[in-house]
Amino acid sequence: MIRTQRLAAGVCALLATLAAGLVLPAAARAGEPTGEATPKVDLVLDVSGSMRTRDIDGGTRMAAAKQAFNEVLDATPEEVQLGIRTLGANYPGNDRQTGCKDTAQLYPVSTLDRTEAKTAVATLSPTGWTPIGPALLKAADDLGSGAGSKRIVLITDGEDTCAPLDPCEVAREIAAKGIGTTIDTLGLVPSTKLNKQLSCIAEATGGTYTSVEHTDELTDKVNQLVDRAADPVVTPVATEGAGRCTDAPTLKSGLYTDREEFGQERWYRVDVQAGQELRASVSVAADRAVSPAYGALLRAVTVHGREIVRGEAAGDGRTDVISTGLRYPKPERDDDSDKPAAETVCLQVTNSFSAASGVKTTPGLPLELTVDVVDGPSHASDVASFGLGRGWWLLGLLVLVGFLAGLIWGWLSRWRVAVWRTN
Amino acid sequence: MRITRVLSATLLALGLAAGPAAADSSPSPSASSSDGGAPTTAGTSFRTAAEIDQGQRATASASTGDYLYWSFPADAGQRPTVKATVKLPGTHAAQTWQIDVYDGLRRRQACQYGAQTRTAERGAASVDLACVLRTVRAWSEPWANDPLPGTYYVRLTVVNLTTADLGQPIEASLQVGSKDIGGSAAVDGSLAKPLVPGIAVSSKSEADDGGSSKPAVLSGIEPEDGWSSGWWSDRWVWTGVGAILAALAGIGGYTLTRGAGRPTRVPPGA
Repeated sequence: MIRTQRLAAGVCALLATLAAGLVLPAAARAGEPTGEATPKVDLVLDVSGSMRTRDIDGGTRMAAAKQAFNEVLDATPEEVQLGIRTLGANYPGNDRQTGCKDTAQLYPVSTLDRTEAKTAVATLSPTGWTPIGPALLKAADDLGSGAGSKRIVLITDGEDTCAPLDPCEVAREIAAKGIGTTIDTLGLVPSTKLNKQLSCIAEATGGTYTSVEHTDELTDKVNQLVDRAADPVVTPVATEGAGRCTDAPTLKSGLYTDREEFGQERWYRVDVQAGQELRASVSVAADRAVSPAYGALLRAVTVHGREIVRGEAAGDGRTDVISTGLRYPKPERDDDSDKPAAETVCLQVTNSFSAASGVKTTPGLPLELTVDVVDGPSHASDVASFGLGRGWWLLGLLVLVGFLAGLIWGWLSRWRVAVWRTN
Repeated sequence: MRITRVLSATLLALGLAAGPAAADSSPSPSASSSDGGAPTTAGTSFRTAAEIDQGQRATASASTGDYLYWSFPADAGQRPTVKATVKLPGTHAAQTWQIDVYDGLRRRQACQYGAQTRTAERGAASVDLACVLRTVRAWSEPWANDPLPGTYYVRLTVVNLTTADLGQPIEASLQVGSKDIGGSAAVDGSLAKPLVPGIAVSSKSEADDGGSSKPAVLSGIEPEDGWSSGWWSDRWVWTGVGAILAALAGIGGYTLTRGAGRPTRVPPGA
């Protein structure tokens, strides 16, 4: 049964592809979501003892979280696979070793059964420690692999109590391992210290941090984040640039992601036909504490090392990314020389981010590269459009010249008539 | 007799000359604002930027410290203006907000005028930001940073704040309008495709599956009436009117030398 269906689907797909005049499978193209691109969200809820505090709209923090969860579970879009993980829900004791391993999957990341999920949430009661780092690692495992967007939403009321595992570094490692994983954080009635830690986790993955003081704020924000996961987004393709052009990977049009350490250079190659235009842009993200002055440089270089064009950017102050881009229209060939029509352009990406000595340098900074090879622009032969004129000076000049020409022609013909008559 | 003829020619010339002047002051397209379908969230990166049309008022509820991204289309001859308002929470310390505009190649674009960066004093209710871009050209040399037709990204964020203010709820709204600069900005040459990121991939896949399925694209943005083909500008009117006026002035000059009607010295019988 299933096999026949698949066969039928396959035949249909083949026919469609043939009809479109393309033999390559469409899924193989870079920069497009491949296969099942189901958005996945894992809600990570802090169920530590401090959630008993009564300071959100007159109720406990736990009550606020439960109410918010119920509303979010009702509003979750069909296509989103949602899971719930708890931290500090089971071990009430004082042993740090055990307390810091206390994280459990309350509801697996799967198509949502609302009643089941709500029942599971209702059983929770504030208990133990706050092992944020280990919970994030497990949450990343819950999400598994897959091409769709992956989001972890962390809701907590206290900072991590399980040093030395720094949750910021855990977040960075998660982002480096799985492409497109974002961690959003929500702090319940936060302190300055919690603000700092949670925004650090969020910025490490390009997520957002929100501090929450009311139940409706919590509901709205979690809903917004779940909806955001459902938005279709292009998933970048992982690539690894080389240290020099000769070893570099050849890229086609699409969106790519890579990692680049401080001061490292990355090389990529793109083939450009005569008469085509190469467009490339690069963003280097600051996913950790960096020094306030930074920059990025993207150069297009020939295989012989001559620079064709460059894009450069510099900035200072708080930022998420620094980005720049370039355009290289390769002229049409106007002679039948033996030179090959396609030229290999080497793209070099460097950054001038720097960090204080204590900051980890690996994994490198996230790098996003877009490559578009399109038809070349039409040649501009003049500054003005079609070389046309414009303005009162032009009109004045034309009128003056026309008038003078008329006068001269008139006098000339009068003179000719006079000469003819005297003869 | 002669005077009336010259006068009528002058009037005709004046009437014609008013043509280009009228074409010059065409109304800006931002006037017609329709808020139907304006996005109520903002993206958090270039990849996820919320797409808005010119004239729409996009809103987003977010948190202090977020990086909010929107994208809008701008075509040749337009001079876009980005205006943003951030409603701040009741209590906060002094914080500095900033908008940055990037073109389709993610190159930062300079603002000619407008308060691109502004500091909200302690407890201020809101902060207004504005950025007037340079005029978008149809073509520029690859080594130049000129704004070209295509997608433009706006990033709104706080650049200077105290840690205690992180994560506070804010309401941001953004509106993009543009002034039509017209023929004075009409340059020769044009791009084969507007500077829309991922256009090489998206146009190919559209051709492949006949546009039936809509895969996620980096930027699917297009102005309401499509991208301009680039050949029309009011330079055609100016030059054409100039040619007509020159011809009329030629006729006028010729008539002046001939006098009215037949030359007086020609005998009636000739």
